[in-house]
Amino acid sequence: MSKCLISNNIRKLRFHADEMTQQELADKTGVTRQTIVAIENGKYSPTLELAFRIALVFHSPLEEVFSYIVENK
Amino acid sequence: MYNKEKQILVSLITSLLILGFYSLYIYYNYIAGNPAILNDFKFWGECFLILIPISILAQIIIHIIFAIISKIVTNEDVPTITDERDKLIELKSIRIAHRIFIFGFLLSMGSLAIGMKPWVMFIVLILSGFIACTTSGIAKYIFYKKGF
Repeated sequence: MSKCLISNNIRKLRFHADEMTQQELADKTGVTRQTIVAIENGKYSPTLELAFRIALVFHSPLEEVFSYIVENK
Repeated sequence: MYNKEKQILVSLITSLLILGFYSLYIYYNYIAGNPAILNDFKFWGECFLILIPISILAQIIIHIIFAIISKIVTNEDVPTITDERDKLIELKSIRIAHRIFIFGFLLSMGSLAIGMKPWVMFIVLILSGFIACTTSGIAKYIFYKKGF
């Protein structure tokens, strides 16, 4: 059986975006800071819509922000 | 601890206190003096109908007080937006609450089926509603804390 993992580079992208705060990113994407924290820590996989909104904030393609890894058990 | 987690804890404590005080009030003012009232359906109907608006009102008042205290202590605004994660957590916890309440409902009907007194059914109904509400709050807290 394979396990799917979604990882992200949001922390790195925030750093490159002039050290954007989690609250700023939350405000720009219309979610709470807690949701951004959960996404960054891999505790929550966002919907496709939110994933696109986050990518738009960083002017990056979706695959640069999120990556999908399949782990074979 | 985030605001949402604090709100959930406040809600849990509030519902516990409301049911506790309401039960004590009902017991000392009605049941203690006249235990036969337990078999009166009108009494149970009134108990349920009064408990619902009291708990809603108390929850609203306590949440307003919580928001004011939170603002004074942490200088942080209580988040007013509900995003997709909040909605998902809400749905998951409601599903848990529904399952528990359905189980409680079946249990209460079971109590009637095996010939127990009607007041047992009402108490099982109130308790299952309370347990469903509490479990839903705990589940919500865990979802916020640990993710899913």
